[in-house]
Amino acid sequence: MASRLAQPKTAGTYVRRLFVIGYLFLLVIWPVALVVQKTFDGGLDNLQTALSDPVVTDALQLTVVVALWAVAINTVFGVGISLLLVRYEFPGRRVLSALIDLPLSVSPVVVGLALLLAYGGTNGTFGPALEDAGLQIAFATPGIVLATAFVSLPLVIREIVPVLHEIGTEQEQAAKSLGAGPWQTFWRITLPSIKWALVYGVVLSLARALGEFGAVKVVSGNIAQQTQTATLVVEEKYQDFEQGSAYATSFLLALIAVAALVVVTILRPKDDIDGD
Amino acid sequence: MTVDAPLAPGTARKRRARSRTTLTRSSGLGLGIALTWFSLLVLIPLCLVVIQSVDGGWETFRQTLTNPQTAAALRLTVLQAVYVTAINVGMGTLIAWVLVRDSFPGKRLLEVVIDIPFALPTIVAGLVLLSLYGPDSPLGINVANTGRSVFLALLFVTLPFVVRTVQPVLMELDRDVEEAAASLGASRFTTLRRIILPSLAPAITAGAALSFARGISEYGSLVLLSGNLPLKTEVASVRILTYIENGNEAAAASVATILLLVALAAIVLLQVLSSRVARRG
Repeated sequence: MASRLAQPKTAGTYVRRLFVIGYLFLLVIWPVALVVQKTFDGGLDNLQTALSDPVVTDALQLTVVVALWAVAINTVFGVGISLLLVRYEFPGRRVLSALIDLPLSVSPVVVGLALLLAYGGTNGTFGPALEDAGLQIAFATPGIVLATAFVSLPLVIREIVPVLHEIGTEQEQAAKSLGAGPWQTFWRITLPSIKWALVYGVVLSLARALGEFGAVKVVSGNIAQQTQTATLVVEEKYQDFEQGSAYATSFLLALIAVAALVVVTILRPKDDIDGD
Repeated sequence: MTVDAPLAPGTARKRRARSRTTLTRSSGLGLGIALTWFSLLVLIPLCLVVIQSVDGGWETFRQTLTNPQTAAALRLTVLQAVYVTAINVGMGTLIAWVLVRDSFPGKRLLEVVIDIPFALPTIVAGLVLLSLYGPDSPLGINVANTGRSVFLALLFVTLPFVVRTVQPVLMELDRDVEEAAASLGASRFTTLRRIILPSLAPAITAGAALSFARGISEYGSLVLLSGNLPLKTEVASVRILTYIENGNEAAAASVATILLLVALAAIVLLQVLSSRVARRG
């Protein structure tokens, strides 16, 4: 840290800094600012129109419910599998750890297709049997939850695993030797030390879950007020030339995602970001 | 569960197989539940895609891939993903460098800006880009419905990958070595080429693989921006969706399988690289 501050600033430093800021300004900052500006073009009219439209509010509600389910599932699964991957040895561990990242590299449309082939009501592999048992997955909320959980699956794990590696097992073993059970060790020792990584992973998952579009489009059937999520509404409104509503809904989605991210970046202890 | 250890003679193999697992009964149960969920959610559905693609024999596969519209979509997707990845390798490394080595007011704001493309819903990302580079552009640049729109959208959504993989490595990099090189008379360029780049190379490649995989699979941000014009701005994901909507699941699965194979290749590359990094550390 000290040597970093002592680094002399040459002309190159400023050129690089300006170049990077300019690039990010043109690619991210300015476009995002324009959407915010367009949302508030006519004062609060756009937001009011959007929020009094039942199609939009129903979609937002569905999105929030689905995102919460997906994030809850991914958090429990993520913490569990991270502990298993880091703290235990078993055959196939490396293969599993590689496969966990798979959802990040799969096209959302392919995710949708895969879930339809497995859980589609008429010609899916498990779909007809589940439907006979009274559980409709494709073109219903469970399918949307599955698609959302699929695309955001690795995010919690990717944040926790490096931290688990770093903190080591000394404290856990000390707790164990002092007579703590596995649950007690987890709640008192492990969880507090992975807290920030977990929060960051959960926020990333939430952002991804709220914003999923392609996979949901394929498995949801996109029926207004039933299986239409907020991102699907944005597409429809934009294409129906109700751009005010499209911008307002986008703004709300972006607001939740970016606000969560900013809050975590601010709250997270500085030394944690530096990876120390 | 089978033990996939390489065959070694007699007792040595037995002992090795036993010592390779440290699972207790309860953690074993947890692993079982986790694997079941992972299989039901990810592995089985993805396998079904691959099975579906070869179900009708190689004929469907061949027919789909020789369809001029699909071939054009695949070519466009891979080509643009390669261009964007190349830009990201340069810009991503530079951004990471500035974020780690430089200090100025507002640097933490830039940290958040880097994460925005990841946090923003992809459909909103398309809308966002459309506002500056669309028909009402205040800059007078309109890329909507052209090949450039695909490039721009991919550039936006893949921005964080190289930055976020290079940044931690750059932070850990020992400054003493650089100073030693400089004191021995190495120019700044030589230090960069001989000392810094070799240590960053694995991280850069890993980020590039992620960015490429994301690039070839992008869909949401292109919907509003590229117009999905056949043979011009239509990407592979859009082709898959069209096939699904037309009820041609076999053809959809064929294109999807190609994308999966490319993504898998990227992951394998990642794994090989990260284990090489681990060995070096």
